[in-house]
Amino acid sequence: MEDKKIKVEVRNLTKSFGNLLVLDNVSFEVFDGEFLCIVGPTGCGKTTFLNSLTKLYDIDSGSITVDGEEINPRKHNLAYIFQEYSTMEWLKVQENIEYGLKIKKFSPEAIKQRTDIVIQMVGLDKYRNYYPSQLSASMLQRVVIARAFAIQPDLLLMDEPYGQLDLTLKYKLEDELIKMWERQRTTVLFITHNIEEAVYLSDRIIVLTNKPTKIKTEIINNLPRPRKVSDLEFVKLRNQVTDLIKWW
Amino acid sequence: MDNQGKIKIQCGHLHKTFHAKNRKQDEVNEVIRDFNLQVRENEFVVLFGPGQCGKTTILNILAGLEEKNSGTVVVNDIEVTGPRQDRGMVYQTTALFPWLKVIDNVAFGPKMQGMKHSDWKKKAQYYIDLVGLTGFEKTYPVKLSGGMQQRVGIARAYCNDPEVIFMDEPFGHLDAQTRYLMEEEIEKICNGEKRTVVFVTNNIEEAIYLADRIVLLTNTPTHVDKEYVVDIPRPRDYTSPGFLALREEITARIDTTNL
Repeated sequence: MEDKKIKVEVRNLTKSFGNLLVLDNVSFEVFDGEFLCIVGPTGCGKTTFLNSLTKLYDIDSGSITVDGEEINPRKHNLAYIFQEYSTMEWLKVQENIEYGLKIKKFSPEAIKQRTDIVIQMVGLDKYRNYYPSQLSASMLQRVVIARAFAIQPDLLLMDEPYGQLDLTLKYKLEDELIKMWERQRTTVLFITHNIEEAVYLSDRIIVLTNKPTKIKTEIINNLPRPRKVSDLEFVKLRNQVTDLIKWW
Repeated sequence: MDNQGKIKIQCGHLHKTFHAKNRKQDEVNEVIRDFNLQVRENEFVVLFGPGQCGKTTILNILAGLEEKNSGTVVVNDIEVTGPRQDRGMVYQTTALFPWLKVIDNVAFGPKMQGMKHSDWKKKAQYYIDLVGLTGFEKTYPVKLSGGMQQRVGIARAYCNDPEVIFMDEPFGHLDAQTRYLMEEEIEKICNGEKRTVVFVTNNIEEAIYLADRIVLLTNTPTHVDKEYVVDIPRPRDYTSPGFLALREEITARIDTTNL
């Protein structure tokens, strides 16, 4: 991991709401092309963490840099997948996916080419002209994932995107995500409550403490892919992370 | 468990079709086709199936909240024709009364039956203690977290002294960690207060953790695909080899039959 290029560097990030200190002097880095999972106990401020990182919230102090420059959503290619399905109801599937590319002023040919690729990757080719209200929950989340991958982001942020899905679909989408990531080598920062999910997906896991949130520890996860939840090594790592977090 | 105990729920050849009137034609949606189920006294049965497969519909029919097209449903030796107090229900959305305090939510059933103040109070307190909400008796539901609200729902169902309790994905919208907590809690509650429980979920870990028997359902039109008796000793460990092996077996079965 040492020879890897640092993509995102977070130094002394602090954020509070009034008197409530949520993030307490958090520092870490994300390597280029890495799949990093962040886990922590319920209510520990994971979403605040991501929102501060993307400047959806103003931070109190600290610095966040991407490729050595201060993070700027206008300049850097970021994509954010939220907990809730964030498709735009008034746009068809294809238009939803094209949206980011249009904003970024890509040429019509490039837009078409990229949209075609991702729409096929998520298996929604047949549904190009559907509106979000005509799709199931898992399809909606696929639209959002396709939209994120279409802009080929430098950094893809995912905030518990599969929390509300049927388990079978969740496993399917997890595998799909891994496939997309392996193809494009996007840097991914994935937040989850679900320890098994973190062990299944990540290269590295950052474990957060309760509020005020600090980094408790980080764990390198180099289990070979594709992973199996019943493998002995997988179970060992899952139990190790569970012990670090367990509050229940 | 297998062959002893009185039969509490007997459900035979159940059919259910929904009709939706459309401008052009009548849309017919056959949800349940020839569903059969037998549940014995004090058994914890999990109905497990894919999303939108009709699990809730089956539960609603068993509880008498939904009409069937044909078939027989007998709960506690009585043919089901409508809701009755011997059947308790815990809903997916907690469905608490927001204008009532925790204790009044829990005591709602006994109060409606005209139980004496001192009696229902004692009873409600017992179940509030059982679900671990001691100290929150006078709190309104909005001030409770999702997990705590669902505990109130569970206490309310128990407080009515039902013979059978139906639980419809009660932890579906909780986060993964709170879910583990609640699964451990419900296991303790069910050990302390033996009841016949039919529990609906689409979470395979939850199913294996809680069930005496898992009834695997097909996609619509729904019927029973296969049954699994879970004899892993309790309390169960999510990562024990036996647990993981059964999980793999059931997952493989779903992959080949449903998707």
